[in-house]
Amino acid sequence: MPPRKNRPMEKPSDVKGIIKRIFSYMYGFKVHFALVVVGVIFSSIAGVAGNALLTPLVNNIADGLQGEWDKSKFIMILIGMAVVYAVGAFSTFMFQRMMMQISTTTLMRIRNDLFNKMESLPIKYFDKHTHGELMSLYTNDTDTLREMLSNSIAQFISSAITIVGVFALMLWYSWILTIIVIVMLVIIVNVIGFIGKRSSKGFIAQQKALGKANGYIEEMIDGQKVVKVFCHEDKAIEEFDKLNEELCEAATRANTFANILMPIMNNLSYLHYAATAIVGGIMAVNGFGGMNIGKLVSYLQFTRQFSQPITQVSQQLNSVLTALAGAERIFRVIDEEPEADNGYVTLVKAERKGNELVESENGDIWAWRHPHKADGTVTYTEVRGRVEFDDVYFGYEPEKTVLNGISLYANEGQKIAFVGSTGAGKTTITNLINRFYDVPDGKIRYDGININKIKKSDLRRSQSIVLQDTHLFTGTVMDNIRYGKLDATDEEVYAAAKLANADSFITHLENGYNTMLTADGANLSQGQRQLLAIARAAVANPPVLILDEATSSIDTRTEALIEKGMDSLMNGRTVFVIAHRLSTVRNSNAIMVLEYGKIIERGNHDALIAQKGKYYQLYTGMFELS
Amino acid sequence: MLKKILSYVGKYKKEAILSPVTIIGEVAMEVLIPYVMASIINDGIQKGNIKHVALMGVLMVGMALVSLFFGAIAGRLSAVAAVGFAKNLRGALFRKVQEFSFANVDKFSTASLTTRLTTDVTNVQMAFMMFIRTAIRAPMMLIVAFIMSIKLNARLSLVFLCAIPVLGIAIAIIMTKAHPRFQAMLTKYDNMNASVQENLVGIRTVKAFVREDYEKKKFTKNTEDVRKAQFNAEKLVILTMPFMQLCMYTSIVAILWFGGHMITGGTMLIGDLTTFVTYTGQILMSLMMVSFMFMMFVISRASIQRIYEVLTEEPDIVSPENAVLSVQDGSVSFKNVSFSYFNDMGNLSLEKINLDIKSGETIGIIGGTGSSKTSLVQLIPRLYDATDGEVLVGGVNVKKYDLDTLRNQVAMVLQKNVLFSGTIRENLKWGNENATDEEIIEACKQACAHDFVTGFPDGYEQDLGQGGVNVSGGQKQRLCIARALLKKPKILILDDSTSAVDTATDANIRKAFRENLSETTVFIIAQRISSVQDADRIIVMDGGKITDIGTHEELLQKSAIYREVYDSQQKGSDE
Repeated sequence: MPPRKNRPMEKPSDVKGIIKRIFSYMYGFKVHFALVVVGVIFSSIAGVAGNALLTPLVNNIADGLQGEWDKSKFIMILIGMAVVYAVGAFSTFMFQRMMMQISTTTLMRIRNDLFNKMESLPIKYFDKHTHGELMSLYTNDTDTLREMLSNSIAQFISSAITIVGVFALMLWYSWILTIIVIVMLVIIVNVIGFIGKRSSKGFIAQQKALGKANGYIEEMIDGQKVVKVFCHEDKAIEEFDKLNEELCEAATRANTFANILMPIMNNLSYLHYAATAIVGGIMAVNGFGGMNIGKLVSYLQFTRQFSQPITQVSQQLNSVLTALAGAERIFRVIDEEPEADNGYVTLVKAERKGNELVESENGDIWAWRHPHKADGTVTYTEVRGRVEFDDVYFGYEPEKTVLNGISLYANEGQKIAFVGSTGAGKTTITNLINRFYDVPDGKIRYDGININKIKKSDLRRSQSIVLQDTHLFTGTVMDNIRYGKLDATDEEVYAAAKLANADSFITHLENGYNTMLTADGANLSQGQRQLLAIARAAVANPPVLILDEATSSIDTRTEALIEKGMDSLMNGRTVFVIAHRLSTVRNSNAIMVLEYGKIIERGNHDALIAQKGKYYQLYTGMFELS
Repeated sequence: MLKKILSYVGKYKKEAILSPVTIIGEVAMEVLIPYVMASIINDGIQKGNIKHVALMGVLMVGMALVSLFFGAIAGRLSAVAAVGFAKNLRGALFRKVQEFSFANVDKFSTASLTTRLTTDVTNVQMAFMMFIRTAIRAPMMLIVAFIMSIKLNARLSLVFLCAIPVLGIAIAIIMTKAHPRFQAMLTKYDNMNASVQENLVGIRTVKAFVREDYEKKKFTKNTEDVRKAQFNAEKLVILTMPFMQLCMYTSIVAILWFGGHMITGGTMLIGDLTTFVTYTGQILMSLMMVSFMFMMFVISRASIQRIYEVLTEEPDIVSPENAVLSVQDGSVSFKNVSFSYFNDMGNLSLEKINLDIKSGETIGIIGGTGSSKTSLVQLIPRLYDATDGEVLVGGVNVKKYDLDTLRNQVAMVLQKNVLFSGTIRENLKWGNENATDEEIIEACKQACAHDFVTGFPDGYEQDLGQGGVNVSGGQKQRLCIARALLKKPKILILDDSTSAVDTATDANIRKAFRENLSETTVFIIAQRISSVQDADRIIVMDGGKITDIGTHEELLQKSAIYREVYDSQQKGSDE
């Protein structure tokens, strides 16, 4: 998935707060940071001081022309200059090196924080934000931030020091010439303001146009095969040319302003230089205001030194603002509420002693450890996978309920199927069982315990889910199956794969179980991927199994082949099955037919067929399932 | 490679060339200004000649204005050239992709193609702009400033002759060492992003298996790797700045040392000394610029490479010369056809297929996942070329047809189908741009889509949003069928196109086909026996081969596979 660069430019809302926050990530680098500041100061001062030393040097030489040349003073000044410069170069090296350590680590910390938060966000968050949106936090936004951290911070400090230092020296050398400086400063600020405003306006327009063009590219390339089948190539090109032309116009405008800023600033500085030369020259000739040739030479270097940092800062201002806006987006995610989990009922291993369950490291049964706040006692309940819904209402958004009064009961080892059209609420029910979403207290009970009291991670560990879209991770086939149980032995993995009937195709892969899967398992067919997902669920070996359209991409013949495996996988577990294909759900203990978030029919296959209701219609193909 | 890419500067060549030319003007002024400065000091201030100071001062102002003028023009020209170049490149890439066959698209993957057209083009644009702005500027500055310094004082300019190679070699060493480290960093960076991407797509899987901490640990390792690689690469690059300062400062001190002696010895003027100091900055700075330019080029080289790959990819399916421009009828023949996605006879998806289908027949195709049903039908509109043997449509080898002619007569509804942003009507018109309202409604009725379309608040004007998100799977499939019907093709191929449509509607669609498309050859690939059982003939495929052909009844008799599928779908049903 490509990073999307088509977000319009944003201005950060709280610049101070964001900068403060970025700095808060630099903990543990106090010494480094102090060294950076010291280094920057020394490096900038060296530049300024080196020029200042030109004054006595040139005066020394000029005096030497008139009379006796004080050579020892000349050498002393030069040595002084060499020392200043050496310190300057070393300081530059040091602060850059320190800044590098700070910036790379800071970035790493921010990335880790962002990722850690992302992992703990509720599913709801991912419903509302596109992958591209989140992805660009890691690519675009951290990239600009990196730029800022490694260049701009030091640059800004250095510029500020240089500007102040040079200005002070200029004032000290000659207040008359400083008037010219102030006039120039006013002009420069105005020019930057004028061009900067147009430039950022231009860039916003460019980003918009870029977004439109890139969006079109994405859509057309995604649908490339359809474009071909319909010979739509010429029309697509025509449409694209229009967008491309618009983009070109906006981008030219934006870049023109950005490009001419440099020469304008540069030459304003030459104008400044020339004006100073004329006025200073006149003063030096007349000896007015204590001006002499040495001072003038230094002063002229100062005029150049003065404008450089201003130009650099103004050039970087836009990118710094972009970086801060990006940082703000990152922090906004980091500040998101994580998935709430107030559960205190935990999953433990236990063994049976008489009639009592006792917690035990080596126990062979899983149990819920349930501390009671009221009297401080702890009870243990064996994990069986009984699920109970009591008049559950639920909506992803408060005003749009998806489930309207669902009541159901699944006993351990039962197979419960949900049937109904898209949007009827099938997947929603399973999303509540593993608490991807939460419902009010007491509405869902799991092994008799209010599901909201169970710790989310433990609840999910007691269930396995095979989703409609199989997701595989970069790694070997073995790794991917082992995802269900990280400490599974190789034998356990093989057994799970055999159970899911995945073993035969895996062994036919180039490197068998060690075949690397890349880019979401693109080298496997949809059906093969689902088999892997089933194997993954099998290796986890949980009491509850949720199959959400798990076999939709497997053809009926293959499904028939894995049916045995599936049957043994389901054996002894509570299973919730969502399936499009009715042949998959036929042998369930109970089938719930859902419509608009309500269970309209329930019973086993034969009973429902006999009832000749909706299920019968569905089954005989008189009603559409879409 | 560069030459090919640069050829897309096209009509912006004028700007691309003029921009550096005007920059020469700017550079000339910039180098001359310190020279004038020397004159101000030498002939004006030192001699107390105020008139000369004023004259030269005005000259300098004039030069600065000229330089400003050239600089601004160059800025404008380079913007026009670089942006125009990017436009041409983007346009060329888009056109190229339109020419691509399915095989070409498969080779790159759609995600990668999108990146190449977006991010990579932007990178190249930036690099190009940087290039035309500094490629001439920096070397020009270096050369002119050096010449001027020789003119001022040849002996003193020997200092530069020492400094330039030292700095140049140092930068070259740093860059060559840094390059592989940057490559390594980018790889780590890609890994990290891939890991984020994976977690975004698979967040439900991660959460369902309670693997948040596991993923966090994995990611922390990734970011640590990136940090190390970045530090490794950049710690070399940051050496350039201090080193350049070292060279510059050493040169200045040397110039002052020798210069001081020369001046007092009477072989040099004071003003020249300051000019020399200025030139030191200009010369060494431009050397830095050149090195930055190389950096920029190195960074953008990956992008250039990726764009180049697309541009030079040969579309492997093109219309032949003297193409046949009309399709006689809807008959289809396969003669000894073998097909491999990798053009490798050892890795065949279809093996020695022989098939004769008369015009107007309805053909069902049944087979398991991976039995190459889709591969078979994709050869008919020449979405892929047969690796061996020939495919004939209307009695003519498909390779002899003009592609548009062939594909307009062979409508295919793809398995993974796409609707585009826009209204339903706009989407349907993909089938036939000039379709009348009656024709559109007629097609939708045949595809059983008319009823639900009119149920939308805006009917046929309903906006679908990107990717057709506002319709259900079954509705989408029916719209795609209607879109194909509007082509009024001689051959219609439905590749598992009614899987999300219920059996009753499915039957209605087939009934409509029978009544209205009796002239049209129809291929129906399906998982459900009910979707194909009333076809004229049904092809049973297994492992890239046709195992049986016949009617439903015949196949129940003679095909074990067919019977097995049939049984698995009938089992438990009372009917």
